[in-house]
Amino acid sequence: MGLFDKYAALAAQYAQLEEAGTNPFNVGFETVLSPTEAIINGRTTLLLGTNNYLGLTYDPAVIAKAVEATALSGTGTTGSRIANGSYQGHRGLERALADFYGRKHGMVFSTGYQANLGILSALAGKDDHLILDADSHASIYDGARLGHAQVTRFRHNSPDDLANRLRRLKDVPGEKIIVVEGIYSMLGDTAPLREFAAVKREYGGYLVVDEAHSLGVLGETGRGLAEAAGVEADVDFVVGTFSKSLGGVGGFCVADLDGFDILRVVSRPYMFTASLPPGVIAATIEALHQLQLRPGLRHQLNANARHLYDGLAGLGFTVGPEPSPVVSTVMPDPETAFAFWARLLEAGLYTNVSLPPATPKGLALLRSSVSAAHSTAQLDRAIGLFAIAGRELGLIPAAAPVRRADFASAK
Amino acid sequence: MSDSGTIREIIFDTLRGSLKRPVELSEQTHIVDDLGLDSVAVMDFVMEIEDRLDLSVPLDKIAEIETLGDLLRVLSDLKAHV
Repeated sequence: MGLFDKYAALAAQYAQLEEAGTNPFNVGFETVLSPTEAIINGRTTLLLGTNNYLGLTYDPAVIAKAVEATALSGTGTTGSRIANGSYQGHRGLERALADFYGRKHGMVFSTGYQANLGILSALAGKDDHLILDADSHASIYDGARLGHAQVTRFRHNSPDDLANRLRRLKDVPGEKIIVVEGIYSMLGDTAPLREFAAVKREYGGYLVVDEAHSLGVLGETGRGLAEAAGVEADVDFVVGTFSKSLGGVGGFCVADLDGFDILRVVSRPYMFTASLPPGVIAATIEALHQLQLRPGLRHQLNANARHLYDGLAGLGFTVGPEPSPVVSTVMPDPETAFAFWARLLEAGLYTNVSLPPATPKGLALLRSSVSAAHSTAQLDRAIGLFAIAGRELGLIPAAAPVRRADFASAK
Repeated sequence: MSDSGTIREIIFDTLRGSLKRPVELSEQTHIVDDLGLDSVAVMDFVMEIEDRLDLSVPLDKIAEIETLGDLLRVLSDLKAHV
């Protein structure tokens, strides 16, 4: 018996992809050229799967701040904030985030994953209840597992099922904490947040919204789905990441609740890890500033998202239930997803493959994400390559009607 | 409605409706090995049963379930305490 025997089936699948030379889970970027292009396998490749929503990774102002802070304060903090102290930048970014959201408190984590781990594990104690949307990101499930609360899940985007779960817990002691996402990262669909907020008002409890994929994307000022849905007052905690719209790395939580700062000495994923380096912090502060300064980026992003979504739906691909910067096409099975992905990459287009159990309802997905930095010509080239590969693999007809999956009724 | 015989029938009935191929079901049936369900599929299948019994099964309980007999015991226990 070997240590890795338990992974034998997975290892065989992985080895097969490696042997074929087309492993979507092990792609090397030789050089990244811009938010939309990189050299992969020696050729210039169009990037359509990097979550770089606002294209800020190469923004000159953001880079200048990162360089300046690195030169001034060094490459790393070499420790955690509780043991080794906070730099001015950490506190400055927390203030900037709280101000942006109009909240009293802000807390920064070293990754978006850790933000969910740190917040969910600390908010819910042993006798409390975490109630998660079934399609929640792995970081939400893992955060729930890290704590000691009772965890249940409700049907994806179903206010009725959430209400059922809360009704069953009505006479059970303990706080009820509901967790949903702004935009779901696999299919790009949004939560019915107004309805969820109404359920929360009816039964009581706290509402956590993970705006990782909706910060800088939705809402009048880019604060996300809660702003777009007009229910920010019902949302108790907003969690998010710096690694998508803000082009850096790190995560955060903002809230109004008094006593919030106690989380700094009870949240293990906050306490027992090194804090973000000065360069990342400074870049994120500037990216957040750019996000507010240039609403045009958000408008361009959403126009680009609509262009790709309509383009792929128009070809006859089964796409997600609504246009969003995440544009996924449903593949009949993982093998087709791999073949399709490989053809696109050979043709100079980088996308993602997403498979169960990371995806809902056992779907195999060819996932794309759009950037404000994409030109219309780039998106049209991508749509053209999807058309060729889709026809070669018999996924779409020569001339196709618009089709959208009815995910609400799918089991 | 809540005795274990009825719950057993609800489990088998729900599974027959959602499995792609016919499998002979018993309390010894192993959910992952015999039915080929992944972790999310197991949780989705339990959701159907939760609706029919009007109860919620916490995830840590689902994680302990290996066979249909385990599931039956967890559900019977939860139903008895509602």
